[in-house]
Amino acid sequence: MPADAPATTRRDQAVAALADVPRVPGAPKPDPILVADGITRTFGGLTAVDVDHVEIQRGAITALIGPNGAGKTTFFNLLTGFDQPDQGKWSFNGRPLAGVPPHKVARMGMVRTFQLTKALSRLTVLENMRLGATDQKGERFLTALLPMLWRAQEQKVTERAQDLLTRFKLHEKSEDFAGSLSGGQRKLLEMARALMVEPEIVMLDEPMAGVNPALTQSLLGHVKQLREDGMTVLFVEHDMDMVRDISDWVVVMAEGRVIAEGPPDSIMADQSVVDAYLGSHHDAPLTIEDEQRQLAEDEDQLRHGDAGYTGPPSEQPDEGHPT
Amino acid sequence: MDWGNILSNSLIAAVGVQAVIYALAAIGLNVHFGYTGLLNFGQAGFLAVAAYGLAASVATWGLPLWVGVVVGLIGAVILALLLGAPTLRLRADYLAIVTIAAAEILRLIARSVTFRKWLGGSDGLNRFADDFFKLNPYSQPEYTFGPLTFSQNDMWTITVGWTLVALTSLVVWTLMRSPWGRVLKAIREDEDAVRSLGKNVYGYKMQSLILGGVLGSFGGFIFAVGNQSVQADNYGTELTFFAYAVLILGGAARILGPIVGSIIFWAALAFTDNFLTQAVAAGVIPTWIMDTQQVGAVRFMLVGLGLMLLMIFRPQGIFGDKREIALDAR
Repeated sequence: MPADAPATTRRDQAVAALADVPRVPGAPKPDPILVADGITRTFGGLTAVDVDHVEIQRGAITALIGPNGAGKTTFFNLLTGFDQPDQGKWSFNGRPLAGVPPHKVARMGMVRTFQLTKALSRLTVLENMRLGATDQKGERFLTALLPMLWRAQEQKVTERAQDLLTRFKLHEKSEDFAGSLSGGQRKLLEMARALMVEPEIVMLDEPMAGVNPALTQSLLGHVKQLREDGMTVLFVEHDMDMVRDISDWVVVMAEGRVIAEGPPDSIMADQSVVDAYLGSHHDAPLTIEDEQRQLAEDEDQLRHGDAGYTGPPSEQPDEGHPT
Repeated sequence: MDWGNILSNSLIAAVGVQAVIYALAAIGLNVHFGYTGLLNFGQAGFLAVAAYGLAASVATWGLPLWVGVVVGLIGAVILALLLGAPTLRLRADYLAIVTIAAAEILRLIARSVTFRKWLGGSDGLNRFADDFFKLNPYSQPEYTFGPLTFSQNDMWTITVGWTLVALTSLVVWTLMRSPWGRVLKAIREDEDAVRSLGKNVYGYKMQSLILGGVLGSFGGFIFAVGNQSVQADNYGTELTFFAYAVLILGGAARILGPIVGSIIFWAALAFTDNFLTQAVAAGVIPTWIMDTQQVGAVRFMLVGLGLMLLMIFRPQGIFGDKREIALDAR
């Protein structure tokens, strides 16, 4: 099977399905896998998340972006059961998830990864993978005592794990402790391990954080492959180039709210998004033009000898810095 | 100085009843701490519940020995449930606080005047092990193996004891090579990651707490029948921390760790004790440094120093894997 043929179809399907969706926050999708309604979460006086309505299209790659402190990770935690909202309801495949503990959410087919990678250091890479398989007989106490009851299943799990490790180019590391992997390899392992659960939707919390550029392309390819394999992907990311490259739809959060939605190109041009980013600290330039404009402004300031500005010219200009 | 005597006493301690008790207590702790990462500082409580369950059933209520064993085991399971239910959803340190307090509460209840009628107060209970020694297949009053001599009763206790050590180690070995054990080890590393993969972390931690408590309770049974008495003050925090010393000395998360740790720990204590006593008596150590009264305390200082040196130069214990310790530092 040529690698390109399915790639275009799945991507085209996702793009086509989302073509007629209005570019407004909370827009209804033709085939939502995940629907959230009126979710709020406060920490003391701070409202971290206050999402009126959001739907995630099945089979598409949806990016969740926003400046630091926008509530993206908190929203992730709420959706996956790792945190409980003050109020609101949300459902996965039409099944309500309020009060469902995280391990049951995962078993239903919604699996997440973490911003700070959680490789299980003192387990081997292969053991990390095997752990991901669900419904293992050997994971029950009494059957665990009788290896003949679970050995066959373990064999199948191992084969699947080896296949995935080969796909993620970690097969040579399979007997190494996961703690000995590099940061990027841990990200790969975490993603591969999540796939062992055989999820319907994969939620990636900053999959590119701390990954060296050489591995970025490979990670991007793997994320795209998830969509080709029929999975839905929701990911949090700061790197705008990556968002533009792989996402079919972008949801923008700021100060806990969804402020914009749309395909990546229209989002980059959205004034409210630009305001949200530039109105506070941000980690990455929005577009190359913006970056150049900001650089030019900073250089201008330097040239004019602004006494208040003592820092070196930054590669990532910070509009939040008073001039 | 009689070196033969010093060495034979050390060897007797290495395979004696104490070594069995602490090996069993540490095998339980190994499941908790070594494999699951649960900080149980109340292992003494599990041994106490088992010992008193057995002793009170037989001595106070006149029930048969096997009923006493069942009562002790049920007691250990209930204790694990009571300790785990409120704390296992919380961070690891809460379990540590609750278990150390619970073990002390149990000890104070056992020695209280209020329950003296049933639990014997600070005198404890005795005369409950007769049924156990009726089963004794050893017929001679003494058994000698080279320099080592054991009484008929001790022979029976340590035979049963080391058999229990072997069986429990076999169970732990089987479990830790299974997918069940893999989940426990994964919980030790990062429980949120395990949750995200669809495992009921709370359930596994509870199973681990129960299993380790029950394994420790076997140590309680041996403690009770080996001494043919139970006394509340034998089940203080000291017991728990000795068991931790045994476990870390041997190497946590290793099957042989608690066994070898216990053997070395008790052999080392007996060796320093005998050596110091004889050295003082023979005048090798002058009395202005220490007298025979101080041997008991000094031996702990020396063994403590030895443990410290071991932790500095071999932090993974005797059987541990240095690579694993290196990973911890990240």
